[in-house]
Amino acid sequence: MSIKKISARKSFVRPQDLKFTGYRRPDGRFGARNYVLIIPVDDLSNAAAEAVAHNIRGTMALPHPYGRLQFGDDLDLTFRTLAGQGRNPNCAAAIVIGIEPNWTNRIVKEIEKTGKPVAGFSIERSGDHKTIQAASRKAKEFVHYATELKREPFTVKQLTLSTKCGESDTTSGLASNPTIGRAFERLADAGATLIFGETTEVTGGEDLVMDLCANKTIAAQFKAAFDDYQNLIASQGVDLLGSQPTEGNIRGGLTTIEEKALGNIQKAGRCKVVDFLKPAQEPRKPGLSFMDSSSAAAEMVTLCAAAGSVVHYFTTGQGNVIGNPTIPVIKLCANPLTVETMAEHVDVDLTGLLRIEINLDQAADLALQMLERTINGRLTAAEVLRHNEFVLTKLYRSA
Amino acid sequence: MAHAILLHAPTDDVGVAVRDLKKGESVGAVTLEGKFVANVKLIGAVPLGHKVAMRDLAKGKQVIEYGRVIGAAAQSAKRGAHVHTHNLKTLRWTK
Repeated sequence: MSIKKISARKSFVRPQDLKFTGYRRPDGRFGARNYVLIIPVDDLSNAAAEAVAHNIRGTMALPHPYGRLQFGDDLDLTFRTLAGQGRNPNCAAAIVIGIEPNWTNRIVKEIEKTGKPVAGFSIERSGDHKTIQAASRKAKEFVHYATELKREPFTVKQLTLSTKCGESDTTSGLASNPTIGRAFERLADAGATLIFGETTEVTGGEDLVMDLCANKTIAAQFKAAFDDYQNLIASQGVDLLGSQPTEGNIRGGLTTIEEKALGNIQKAGRCKVVDFLKPAQEPRKPGLSFMDSSSAAAEMVTLCAAAGSVVHYFTTGQGNVIGNPTIPVIKLCANPLTVETMAEHVDVDLTGLLRIEINLDQAADLALQMLERTINGRLTAAEVLRHNEFVLTKLYRSA
Repeated sequence: MAHAILLHAPTDDVGVAVRDLKKGESVGAVTLEGKFVANVKLIGAVPLGHKVAMRDLAKGKQVIEYGRVIGAAAQSAKRGAHVHTHNLKTLRWTK
């Protein structure tokens, strides 16, 4: 069998040997992209934010439907997620636009802590026109600033990345997720900072996640978040049957949540979980952190971006087309039907695993090589196709 | 014989079809590392990515994949049968 020839090869891609270049931010972190973001605080400010992005080349607006009459943890999460986009090292400078100055300034202040240029504008007592004019002038300055920044070499120890799977099928658990697992093991060993999560989607394998936790405190924090969500489901008098697995998962051959979870967890490989994070919380140490998060693709990737991930590994079976405005999303797929019918969405073809033409170590090589190319500027399929799904996680109803 | 079923663990009750399989075909089942486990004769069609029973599964039996329980057989299934939502159910969220 050809497998013997494969195994004879001894040297695999080591993350510490990859040549990353990126934009050094004033806080010392490195970005793989160099955006000037126009961040609306609330739904009402989307129009002005989009007008500025339309006026000023090299800027990007992040419209969203929330930011009004939220409270408590839900409001905190919205603030953290919005400020997190501006704080993300892929953002060179940020404009924040809100309906009134107070909440606008709260987000500006959080972004300011990174030392990067940021300015806030509020619409009340100015109107859209004057706000758009003032914000456009500032955005133009920021674009001149950003476009003169140069890429510099950085190391894997200065890299934060994340992973999530979507429209999973059995090929995800067999092939693409364990590929990320292998890549993550090497990245963790080399000192990278890694994020995974999807709290409900480990149902049936939660004990395995607890086993990966580096100590009992982290395991208990994870289990508390896991139980909290299970209790939320129960409190609604419902279950997730019909939602987990999704119709797409079932079409792809996944039958039960346990099966889906066992496949999902492959992405962590044999990495130790070194920390438990709240949604959108920035990692505190290198290694793999579990972030409490939804399993909905755009919500989860948006939370990763808010937490400072600069690039995302997204594995898919049936062909989830998701992207993100702030961070490049690398799409990996091992399902030959999906790779054939949805080729324009796939960055890394892993179908060779199913044919046993390559093994998981070689598949991880492919993933790491694409990571290097993506960080160094290759646009991912999702970026080229303008998949800019920016979706806030809502914890409960607004007031 | 070229393989057409992949197994997470050699002892799993179910394997994954890596192409569309026809009723009556005999195909090899191997692990991802290429270790041969068994030949299986399909007693029904199984689409790419769907599961095939590696042995007879009695109704109520816990079904193993990844070396772990992924649910229980809601209907009995013969070796070589398609295993999916019609004959396999989760053990979670059951009242």
